Amino acid sequence: MLRLEGVEIAQGDFALAADFDVTPGRRTAVIGPSGAGKSTLLGALGGFVPLRAGRVLWNARDITHDAPGARPMAMLFQDNNLFPHLSIAQNAGLGVRPDLKLSAEDSARVAQALARVGLEGLEGRKPGELSGGQQSRAALARVLVQDRPVVLLDEPFAALGPALRREMLDLVRSLVEETGATLLMVTHDPQDVRRMAEDVIFVEGGRAAAPQPAQALLEDPPPALRAYLGV
Amino acid sequence: MAPRAQPIIGAGGVAAGGCVVAVVLASFVGLGLKAEVGRGIGPAEWAAIRFTVVQAVLSALLSVAFAIPLARALARRRFPGRGVLITLLGAPFILPVIVAVLGLLAVFGRTGWLNTGLGALGLPELSIYGLHGVVLAHVFFNLPLATRLLLQGWQSIPAERFRLAAQLNLPPRMVFRTLEWPLLKQVAPGAAALIFVICLTSFAVALTLGGGPRATTIELAIYQAFRFDFDLARASLLSLIQLGLAGGAALLALWVIPNFPLSAGLDRALTRWDARGGGQAWADAAIITFGSAFLLLPLFAILLAGLQGLPLMPPVVWQTAGNSLWVAILSIAVLLLIALPMAGWISTRQRGSAEAIGLIGLSASPLMIGTGWFILINPIADPVPLALPVTALINALMALPFALRILVPPMRDVLGAYDRLARSLGLRGWAAWRWLVLPRLRAQVGFAAGLTGALSVGDLGVIALFADPDRATLPLQMYRLMGAYRTEAAAGAALVLLAMALGLFWLCDKGGRWRVEA
Amino acid sequence: MRRTFLALPLLLATQAGAETPVLTVYAGDYFTSEWGPGPKIEEGFEATCKCDLQFSTGDLLPRLLLEGERTKADVVIGLTSDVTARARETGLFAPHGQDNSTLTLPIEWTDDTFLPFNYGHTAFIYNETTMDAPPASFDALLEMDDDVKLVIQDPRTSISGLALVLWVEAVYGEKAGAVWEALAPKILTVTKDWSASYGMFTDGEVDMVLSYTTSPAYHMFAEEDFTKKAAIFPEGHYFMVETVAKVAGTDQPELADAFMAYVLSADFQRMIPMANWSLPSALPEDQWPEGWAELPLPEKVLFYSEDEAEARKAQAIETWRRALSQ
Repeated sequence: MLRLEGVEIAQGDFALAADFDVTPGRRTAVIGPSGAGKSTLLGALGGFVPLRAGRVLWNARDITHDAPGARPMAMLFQDNNLFPHLSIAQNAGLGVRPDLKLSAEDSARVAQALARVGLEGLEGRKPGELSGGQQSRAALARVLVQDRPVVLLDEPFAALGPALRREMLDLVRSLVEETGATLLMVTHDPQDVRRMAEDVIFVEGGRAAAPQPAQALLEDPPPALRAYLGV
Repeated sequence: MAPRAQPIIGAGGVAAGGCVVAVVLASFVGLGLKAEVGRGIGPAEWAAIRFTVVQAVLSALLSVAFAIPLARALARRRFPGRGVLITLLGAPFILPVIVAVLGLLAVFGRTGWLNTGLGALGLPELSIYGLHGVVLAHVFFNLPLATRLLLQGWQSIPAERFRLAAQLNLPPRMVFRTLEWPLLKQVAPGAAALIFVICLTSFAVALTLGGGPRATTIELAIYQAFRFDFDLARASLLSLIQLGLAGGAALLALWVIPNFPLSAGLDRALTRWDARGGGQAWADAAIITFGSAFLLLPLFAILLAGLQGLPLMPPVVWQTAGNSLWVAILSIAVLLLIALPMAGWISTRQRGSAEAIGLIGLSASPLMIGTGWFILINPIADPVPLALPVTALINALMALPFALRILVPPMRDVLGAYDRLARSLGLRGWAAWRWLVLPRLRAQVGFAAGLTGALSVGDLGVIALFADPDRATLPLQMYRLMGAYRTEAAAGAALVLLAMALGLFWLCDKGGRWRVEA
Repeated sequence: MRRTFLALPLLLATQAGAETPVLTVYAGDYFTSEWGPGPKIEEGFEATCKCDLQFSTGDLLPRLLLEGERTKADVVIGLTSDVTARARETGLFAPHGQDNSTLTLPIEWTDDTFLPFNYGHTAFIYNETTMDAPPASFDALLEMDDDVKLVIQDPRTSISGLALVLWVEAVYGEKAGAVWEALAPKILTVTKDWSASYGMFTDGEVDMVLSYTTSPAYHMFAEEDFTKKAAIFPEGHYFMVETVAKVAGTDQPELADAFMAYVLSADFQRMIPMANWSLPSALPEDQWPEGWAELPLPEKVLFYSEDEAEARKAQAIETWRRALSQ
């Protein structure tokens, strides 16, 4: 279980507080107005944003000071999710071993993951030679081989068209269902929330609220969420 | 609050920087062991310090000022032979001083091509000798470096930005303001500081083209104190003053560099949409023609003299060329071992002032470092067999500031773009070098290695102080030929040297860029 | 020879030398190039000594001063008269043990430590095809048109440059400042070393170059070019000499003595003119190689003793610097 214990983040004038548990194996959307701190919250979980106070615990183990790569998390960012000079097989392989010293078994896993996301036969391509959707698939293949219990998505598909984005979200959904990983994803589209999320974390006014069941929340939003959704 | 995260690279950088400082400090300790109280610094030395600073400031400013239009024109034009031209334009930087001076005089001298032409037109003679001659020569040497550094920066502007500018139909002035000026602010001060430091240590060029003792520089005073008066105290003191001036300039320049990363675009061949107007095309063509003529005509004079001298060249020249090649390769290896970790360390810091460490090797006078180490080595081992390795080490130290200037800005960009991804993957240390930094910086590593190799081939270095007859390098051999009246054969050797330096540079530079756009 | 170092190549060298004694000779950098005198000296001496002569080249005086007592040199060849004072101060050298009376120098030589092996004089060299009215005296040089351009070497960095300021000092004494002011407009520029000056002269950049009376000999005998001449002045020319000296702490004293004797041998002396483009120190003119006796040489030779040169040097350089800095 992922637990945020009295977490406070401060960057200049900006501050955000969070204190809640994330239920394991659930798909949780992080929503809220622009600038409220959705990405910052994920960044803090991923280990990129230092905490001013509080702790982050994973299965009761304090991971507050762990390096990003040492945390039980795989993360996709808004951009720069692939190294442009490496083939997508190498890019995905980095998820297995950061030194790319892959055994035959490891390579097979990478190939399998790439096949799983529909990139069979494209292993040797560089990201620049792929379409946007294929690049996203390659990044997901890496998430797959990283095999971490928590997956953090900071709007990696924002640049894709609606159909393609939905396709990617479905792929993400089936991947986490297969692996049983806990998913936290930033989004600002209620459609995505309905489609994907079981829980919702609403970030607003310097506070990230505890996860609540998505359906109930969307059907009867509190005033602040109502204002955000514009309903 | 969590402690600041460990950078993915940067381990070893402090150690490498520490080694550089230690090498230089140790040499001063060595000098201190032998120094006796001499006559100290007099009015002649103060005059030298003043002149040195004036000419170095002028040379640095003008080199960068002329490099801006030239780099801009080269960045936005594609024409056959562009790559060869860019390589050739780098040649003056690596020429041994004496060769370059004779090449410059063949063009700008009293009986040079320029004055012959002016005379034929009935125009008065232009004298190259004086402060303007010193600056002209220094611009000749350093314009290529400034141009390359700026060009490198220009090419780091992502194509997407130019696409955006084209889409917005920005006029040239606005393209300059929004895309190019921010880049210049980042690259130009560092380039100017570097050239300032190079010109601080100028000696024979300044004297010859300066027309006499008016143009006495600190380095000449150091040489005089060391070689003629053997006043090690004065030599060390002057060397420290030189070091202080260089360090001050470097800190200032590196401090004012604004710290913003140029974000990375996906690798695509650069296409420019701006500057398609006829007037600009003509202006660019004129700038490239003029700049090339200025830099290439003296080289052409060297080539002509060298071709006549080649048949007269004794075979021993080839053996010394082999020695020089070996020193160059060793220098490149030493340089990369120092420069890469240091650049990694510096680029993970907020401010670039640590880069100033890189300048101390260049500005502390190689003669003094070499001498200091001779004193230190002498009690434990015979320095003579170590002449080539010590030369290689000192050559690497001299090339270090250039390498850092080449490596640090793009390394910052790489870290800015991919640091998060690398950290989320646990990519750090050697793996981060192997899979992220080195592949992304191949072009720059190649450039830095090529420059080091070429500088090393062209530098006379400390080897003149203690060399066994069979350990001579090519520049030393060339000086020996000149000293034995064999001017033509020396010109041949100079041509071999030039070809070797350029070849080495071209190989490394090309190797770095080979298939980099794939 | 004191070889107590750990460096492997040297250990090997020492073992190889265990059978044949090695004489280590420090020499100026130009000395051992294949067209310099070094190889011929090595061949000539090794034929008589049953030893191995090894040259070690570099910047002589700084190197000796840096090495001090630890120097590996047995003999040092190529010390010029302007550095002998400083070299003597080190106390590293022993008397040369040779008879100075066999010398054929144009001046009297009484030094028992530094033994001359060749000499020359400072002179301005010109090309007679481009200069039809060369100055016939130093005074005439000063009165030349300012369009005639000279290149000289810096006395602070070059031995020949230093010889020039001492030359002016010896000819004009108190008036040296005024002489330099008269020369200033004619001096196109000053170079760090002789090579750069001479290169400017052969490239046609200047009309006259400060060099040596023996410079035309190279062009005559090596290139069959008879157009380069030395302007000979009746006021006299400054004498320049190169010496050889024996290191007191040598572990090959007999070999070192044999070498000193070899330097004065006819074999060595006959080789010097063509190998070093300078005049032999102990060889009557009638034994000089063919054509050398016809070389125009000055009647009058000017020379400051070591102590006198030391005493005048700093002031003479400062006078030069001031006059040329205006």
